[in-house]
Amino acid sequence: MQICYYPGCTLKSKAVDLDIQARKIAEKFGIEMVDIDKWQCCGAEYPTAPNETATKLSAVRALNYAKSHGGKLLTLCSACHNVLKRVNEDMRTNEKTIMKANIYLELNPEYRGETEVIHYLEMLKNIVGFDKIKSMVVKPLNRKVAAYYGCLLLRPSNVMKFDNPENPTILEDLIVALGGTPVKYSHKNECCGAYVSIKSPDLAKKKSQSITDDAKAFGADELITACPLCYYNLKKNCGENLKISYFTALMMEALGIDG
Amino acid sequence: MDKNDFLELANTDVKKCMKCGKCSARCPSFDEMDIKPHQFVSYLAEGKIDKLLVSKSIWTCLSCLACVERCPRGVAPQSVIEAIRDTVTRKAGANGLSAEDIPPILDDDVPQQLLVAAYRKYNK
Ligand code: SF4
Ligand code: SF4
Repeated sequence: MQICYYPGCTLKSKAVDLDIQARKIAEKFGIEMVDIDKWQCCGAEYPTAPNETATKLSAVRALNYAKSHGGKLLTLCSACHNVLKRVNEDMRTNEKTIMKANIYLELNPEYRGETEVIHYLEMLKNIVGFDKIKSMVVKPLNRKVAAYYGCLLLRPSNVMKFDNPENPTILEDLIVALGGTPVKYSHKNECCGAYVSIKSPDLAKKKSQSITDDAKAFGADELITACPLCYYNLKKNCGENLKISYFTALMMEALGIDG
Repeated sequence: MDKNDFLELANTDVKKCMKCGKCSARCPSFDEMDIKPHQFVSYLAEGKIDKLLVSKSIWTCLSCLACVERCPRGVAPQSVIEAIRDTVTRKAGANGLSAEDIPPILDDDVPQQLLVAAYRKYNK
């Protein structure tokens, strides 16, 4: 099976491991991730002002491409997922944005949010299935792993509809499938400091530390994330206290896939 | 710009706010804010926009949306903060981050996502 995939700029450079590992894991389950044609940066942050249209166009272009190429658009970076999913909601519900974006991009037929945006973790859960993953584990993790969600996959929950926004479990379920023990801790949905690490590094440091301190206090040997910015902030500020990994690295290990 | 322009830009119904303070209680940046998230909502409702336009909170909001998620009345404090920040940064010469600010903070691992996100939030 093939699926349209939106890699985004970070996964083509600083987080290339995440991209490569995700493709190899998908292949193992018979799924080929096909980059969409001529994708452009999604902008990384969804603009909330209603008069921001130009900043949403690259997302609309990608969504419109996927519409006629299988109808699904797979994402992996949490920021891309947040932007694409929220812009898609606008293209379904906000007549002004629908009109302006279609005029700008000269789309014929019009794009009206038909594409389904799915995150890689949702693909693992709903298309592959955690039971299937479990059945293919060759080297169970046998350690305590903290699942870290951050903000972008979960909020706003009325649009993202990713999981329970206050107590998500998809990553914990994956850890269990891989033979690890998920750690219960309170900071799994806290913000790592996000983009303020550029303007106020001390604030980002404080936020990142509160997360890893909490995970460690509850016995974590390692913390996993799906977001390159969380990965950067946590690793830079707390990498010496706790091992920080992409969730795909754990999957490679447990499924015995060569890196 | 008058109050109505700001209401339109914020795109959330500030009149619905019941001043419970849940948004501010949940905000991870609360300690770093001179004006708190619930105050952004009530100041806008009361038309005290001049105060908001000089607030330092627009630079410390993380856009984490915890306030939006917790509001029992469906108000989006983060959108009010973003409307104020957009208004400030859309003025010539008022960007919160310039290209010259970037090289000193670059390290080998800075993801593109960070640069793009910071630019989108702090620059217009
Ligand atoms: S979005 Fe901003 S104001 Fe709202 S909780 Fe997060 S940091 Fe606080
Ligand atoms: S949580 Fe909602 S209702 Fe309560 S103070 Fe904040 S904006 Fe107002």
